[in-house]
Amino acid sequence: MAVVKLQRPKLNFGEKIYFGALIKGFFLTMTHAVKSLLGKSAGAESLASSGLGVTMQFPEQRWDDHLPEYYRGAPALVTDEQGRERCVSCQLCEFICPPKAIKITPMEIPSDDPWAKVEKRPLEFDIDMTRCIYCGMCEEVCPEQAIYLRKDYLFAGFSRAEMVHDKKRLYEIGGVRVGLVNKWNELK
Amino acid sequence: MSDTPSATAELKLPKDLAAEKGLVNVQIDGVWHQFPKGTRMIEACRQAQVTVPHYCYHPKLSSPGNCRMCLVQMGMPPRPAPGQEPQRDENGYEIIGWMPRPVIACANTIGENMGIRTTGDLVTKCREGVMEFLLINHPLDCPICDQAGECRLQEQSVQFGRGVSRFIDMKVKKPKNVDIGPRIRLDDERCIMCSRCIRFMDEVAGDPVLGFTQRGTHTTLTVHPDRLLDSNYSLNTADICPVGALTSNDFRFQMRVWFLKETPTIDVNCGTGTNINVWTRGNKIHRITPRLNDEVNSAWMPDSHRLNFHYIDSASRLTEPLAKTAANHSATTWSAALAEAASRIKAVPAAQVAIIASGRMTNEELFLARTLAAEIGTTQLSLVPRTAEADALLVAADRNPNTTGAKLVLETEDPYAKLDSIREGVRNGSIKTLIVLGEDLITDAGFTADDLQKLDFLVQSSVLANPTADQAHLVLPSAAFAEKRGSMVNLSGRLQRLNRVVELTGQAHDDWEILRDLILALTGEKNEVHHIEDIFKAIAESIPAFNGLTLSKIGHQGTQIAETGYQIPLLANERARKAAGLING
Repeated sequence: MAVVKLQRPKLNFGEKIYFGALIKGFFLTMTHAVKSLLGKSAGAESLASSGLGVTMQFPEQRWDDHLPEYYRGAPALVTDEQGRERCVSCQLCEFICPPKAIKITPMEIPSDDPWAKVEKRPLEFDIDMTRCIYCGMCEEVCPEQAIYLRKDYLFAGFSRAEMVHDKKRLYEIGGVRVGLVNKWNELK
Repeated sequence: MSDTPSATAELKLPKDLAAEKGLVNVQIDGVWHQFPKGTRMIEACRQAQVTVPHYCYHPKLSSPGNCRMCLVQMGMPPRPAPGQEPQRDENGYEIIGWMPRPVIACANTIGENMGIRTTGDLVTKCREGVMEFLLINHPLDCPICDQAGECRLQEQSVQFGRGVSRFIDMKVKKPKNVDIGPRIRLDDERCIMCSRCIRFMDEVAGDPVLGFTQRGTHTTLTVHPDRLLDSNYSLNTADICPVGALTSNDFRFQMRVWFLKETPTIDVNCGTGTNINVWTRGNKIHRITPRLNDEVNSAWMPDSHRLNFHYIDSASRLTEPLAKTAANHSATTWSAALAEAASRIKAVPAAQVAIIASGRMTNEELFLARTLAAEIGTTQLSLVPRTAEADALLVAADRNPNTTGAKLVLETEDPYAKLDSIREGVRNGSIKTLIVLGEDLITDAGFTADDLQKLDFLVQSSVLANPTADQAHLVLPSAAFAEKRGSMVNLSGRLQRLNRVVELTGQAHDDWEILRDLILALTGEKNEVHHIEDIFKAIAESIPAFNGLTLSKIGHQGTQIAETGYQIPLLANERARKAAGLING
């Protein structure tokens, strides 16, 4: 690897005592302070500022509407447009999950079930939200497009057990997702 | 140069040198090797550590050559014209003329001066083509397929597959999720028609119930009408199936294989001592598969033995020492239990004490049982025989896994001889104290509850709750076969090793530790035996057959220590087929 030698910048006396920079910074801060008192901070409008600067008054004010499309909140399971559980419990998310937050117990779909053709579904699907690091690996690895990181981010509980999302809770958060996987249709 | 014998010896060609040893020269990917005549090309490549991808070939089965995955390029020296000398390179090998078309490596045998190329354009193109054909009708339901993670089709499509399909027609529909037998599930869409299962059931299991019907892309694997795949060896078909067409009902959807850890150990359900791998995740056993050992079980195992592990974490598992108080048992501590046992044993004359041990115990445990008998001073030590019908393959009539070991360690011809006299002694009251190690006397040894009630003191070590334990004054929870280390000798005299697969449940103790602690409680001495290796060392010093061995020296394939004359029937079949050139072995 080539080594590049950098020359330290030559500073004059004024720069060396950095007093000038302090004053510069002070004026910049004061400019913003005055602006925020006048309600003219940049971006205050779009962030629904409470009036002072860009500060949002959580929890009365939420930034839910301002979440970007790529925001990674809680992972959740989704059903498809026909109400079928998309997850077939292949356990790839359990395998890839870096903090080991996911635990799946698979089961066989009974033969009298309308989706018996799929053969396999999760009996239990637990995500421990005290472990989850919202990395999105589960969503990325899922071959059935069954797990998505939704925009929910507010989770609190009085015990560790409360912080574990079970299958029912995961489907509540996830809802329905219309999409690409149609390989379990009758014709396929 | 003169024609002295030494000079001609120097001039010998590689083919002559090889022929002296009954070998032939084969060039594999540019390197010359020597192999015995009649070796299959694929086997020669394997021995030269060159991988040839394949589906239908199995060294223990015949080679129909129907998957076409093992296509390689072959070359032979061109036939010289009359009077022409063959052309040779500087090492004396004839120049190879490469054939323009590939051959299958699994069904062709090697010849002198043959060349094999497993790389290059031709071979790569062949593999890609074969993979594309195999995947045309494959359902690609890997997310729900139990084979995913150990599927040859998956692995080889990663290596040689295209990534996308060029096929635009509908895939052929075949039966899915077919119930073809009590332990096996069939998915015909996943089947790649390698016919391994058909050949296994025909050639090894001797129950040819599987076969193909229809033709072309509609070829379907089916079970014979009115028959079921219910052989006691049916689960081996799931093992050898390179895809997920045949899967085990017992293991179905239990756990993905990439979570499982395999531990080599041995089976304890009969005297054959089948070599197995136990697959676990955490402390739970999920499945058992046979492990290759050409001196014991080849590559197979019976279903009855394979599925006999669910009891290990069942509800009837004993997890803490129990002492009988009034009518019921209540939990006690190990120290209290052992002190109680020692004082009750010492309280009666040695002639009134008997020990019934088990043929399921390891050599180390039997050695300690013998030491215990010597410590008490009794000669009344017997094992409980356990016999059932043998099949003509792997299941032996003797269902105790360590009868041969018991003969060696206890130094007796018949370790079961004294059972009748002990039973008689219990009935007529001459035996007042009985120590039972891992046996259920009421179910297996012909005792009745009334007999056992005559005893002053009955102590039993056991894995599961059982009728004898109900009568016992003291019940000591012990270890199942997957929870202990130790060694056993199978019927053909092979010393094999048990390895600990999972940790012990609850308060249960390893059997050898229970025996050691009981002996120490009797003698009151300080413990000097901390490892099971120490006991094996003592065995190796005192019993000639074990001389010079240690537990680690036994190895995963076992060590022959005695000649018993017992012949495992399946191996006899296999050797005959190998001698006839039907299989590579």
